[in-house]
Amino acid sequence: MFGTTEMQINMGPQHPSTHGVLRLELKLDGERIVDTRPVIGYLHRGCEKLGEDRTYAQAIVYTDRMDYCAAFAENLVYAEAVERLLGVEVPPRAQYMRVVLAELQRIASHLIWLGTHAMDIGALTVFVYGMREREFILDLFESYCGARLTYNAVRVGGMPEEFPEGWVEEARRFCDVLPSRLDEYHQLLTANRIWLARTRGVGTIDGKTALDWGMTGPCLRGSGVAYDVRKAIPYEAYADLDFDVPIGEAGDTYDRYLCRMEEIRQSRRIVLQALDKLPGGEIRGKVPRRIKPPKGEVYHVNEGPRGELGVYLVSDGSEHAYRCRFRSPNFVNLQALPDMVRGHLVADVVAVIGTLDIVLGCVDR
Amino acid sequence: MSETLLRFVVVPVAQIAVVIAALLLIVVYLVLLERKINAFMQVRLGPRRVGWHGLLQTVADVIKLFTKEDITPRHVDRLVFLLAPVVIILPALAAFAVIPFSGGSFRVGSVGVRAWISDVNVGLLYLLAITSLGVFGVVMAGWSSNSKYPMLGGLRSAAQMVSYEVPLGLSVVSILMLAGTASLVGIVQAQESAGRWFLFWTPYPQILGLFLYFVSGVAETNRLPFDLPEAENELVAGFHTEYSGMKFAFFFLAEYINMVLVGCLVAVLFFGGWLPVTFGIPGLREPLSNFFPFWGGAGAMLTGFFWFGLKVFLVLFLYLWMRATYPRYRYDQLMRLGWKVFIPLGLGHVMVTALAILVRRG
Repeated sequence: MFGTTEMQINMGPQHPSTHGVLRLELKLDGERIVDTRPVIGYLHRGCEKLGEDRTYAQAIVYTDRMDYCAAFAENLVYAEAVERLLGVEVPPRAQYMRVVLAELQRIASHLIWLGTHAMDIGALTVFVYGMREREFILDLFESYCGARLTYNAVRVGGMPEEFPEGWVEEARRFCDVLPSRLDEYHQLLTANRIWLARTRGVGTIDGKTALDWGMTGPCLRGSGVAYDVRKAIPYEAYADLDFDVPIGEAGDTYDRYLCRMEEIRQSRRIVLQALDKLPGGEIRGKVPRRIKPPKGEVYHVNEGPRGELGVYLVSDGSEHAYRCRFRSPNFVNLQALPDMVRGHLVADVVAVIGTLDIVLGCVDR
Repeated sequence: MSETLLRFVVVPVAQIAVVIAALLLIVVYLVLLERKINAFMQVRLGPRRVGWHGLLQTVADVIKLFTKEDITPRHVDRLVFLLAPVVIILPALAAFAVIPFSGGSFRVGSVGVRAWISDVNVGLLYLLAITSLGVFGVVMAGWSSNSKYPMLGGLRSAAQMVSYEVPLGLSVVSILMLAGTASLVGIVQAQESAGRWFLFWTPYPQILGLFLYFVSGVAETNRLPFDLPEAENELVAGFHTEYSGMKFAFFFLAEYINMVLVGCLVAVLFFGGWLPVTFGIPGLREPLSNFFPFWGGAGAMLTGFFWFGLKVFLVLFLYLWMRATYPRYRYDQLMRLGWKVFIPLGLGHVMVTALAILVRRG
């Protein structure tokens, strides 16, 4: 006698917890999700096309604007790709500096993820705590390159500048403080019954499916696949540094949470080691004034905070890339969202968006 | 004639005016307190610009809400849409008619003035009845907005408030059995003559009752961790998404008034209302129940306000503390908690209380 109909509801692009301008078309049965369709493209700025229109050195600025929560990682992968095209060797000191900054960036990015993810689930305080520690890293970046968000802090063939005076000590001081702050987050969340209820068994994805979707980064490792570009295809100085790759088992939101929390600790370990081993010497390799790579193409990957960042460059021998293409881990990870939330409730969509840790700037490029 | 006028018109009207004015003032500063406490727990400073340490911040916010354009979206069901804020705030205010804020009395002419508007012998029943009316406002708001997010919020709220009414009622039942009266004044007096609050009642302290009451109260007032109807990260603003200006302020006001109400009721039912905190030392009782003996009954009333206010403040502080600490439950988990945990617990609690009363009588 009483029929029910599915309700279509529009989440975003202006919604407090779609992390920017993601739009989801949800098909609901009551509060249960029947189907989801992510609609992207609201933040498309043509970064790839711009990369073909500007010279190689200029294009680094545009990589800043893609993943604005981890601009350094994007700078780095682009610069490395150009270096491979040119066949330039990067001096060891620059390599170690890059590792230090990249890992600090990873910590900052994971702190944003932690804060926003926890806030989406309703834990307001963790957000502010995470931002407090991130502020420290932003200050470090600011004193290194002058910018707090869009760094443009890598040059093809090396680094633009030395670490300023006292910078290394400041970075060490941050590393000293971090563990106690991490314990604070764990105290607020890890054993919290409500947190467990909201994250365990939510957005579960097994390792094989995750691989099939092409997911990378913590989202893949949370499902038990120990794939980390830093280990698989070591770049920069990672081969000389000692760190673990934390993996989860269940592949649910809680495991991904634990994975990322442990990654923060591992990143801190890497930063400390790299600071200890920091060699002296040049910070820029031999790069011609006008960067004109020989004809050819290159595909280069890095481990960004959100997964495998890839750059594909085709050079036609001129100052501009003939083709520039970025592989965004956010874009790939987001594709699994409909699978991960099917059958869950509306509240879980928010949790899963949080756990995928997407940055729309990188999804849309 | 003039005494009748005084007794039945002037004094009650003055009392109502005082209660409403005080409530509004309390709510204004409760909002500020919430922001400040949350800020301090989150290593921030909170509002500081308007007035000394931001003391006038919420006043400014209220002025802003008053002067804002009053928008009624075109697609709403106008009558119900306009009625909903009224329906939600009236019961919230009306509930305070039976709350005894303090003991003592003073005389105005020949009329004795007490610190409650009325002492109804079915006070508790009245409260349960009138507070459950509030859900109508929420449902009306959610439905009449004719929009999807508010509707989801309204439905969640209806389910939540109806489910948590039951454990709330159950924890009140055992208080009823202990006090033997449904009058709130009677309940406080029963605790006074027993010499201890119902929270510490022997042989079965009502700690479980307090827990049930408080948690259900938090769920009833839609606060974190049970703020699903207005979960801003999921439903934007829940049932009041389409409201703005003063109409929105009414929902906001009702929420905070209800918080104060829960605080008052916890104080009355479990913490002995206006009775002083004596730590069980009988000698302390006399001096602590009246700080101003030279004012007689008025002094006792003032002292009672202090103790009552302190207890209410503690409950409200707990509210704010929880908000800063816990994540939010999910809708189905909340329902499961209500029906599968709280209601059985409440039933068991009532039975144990009944047994304890039998034991006590011997």
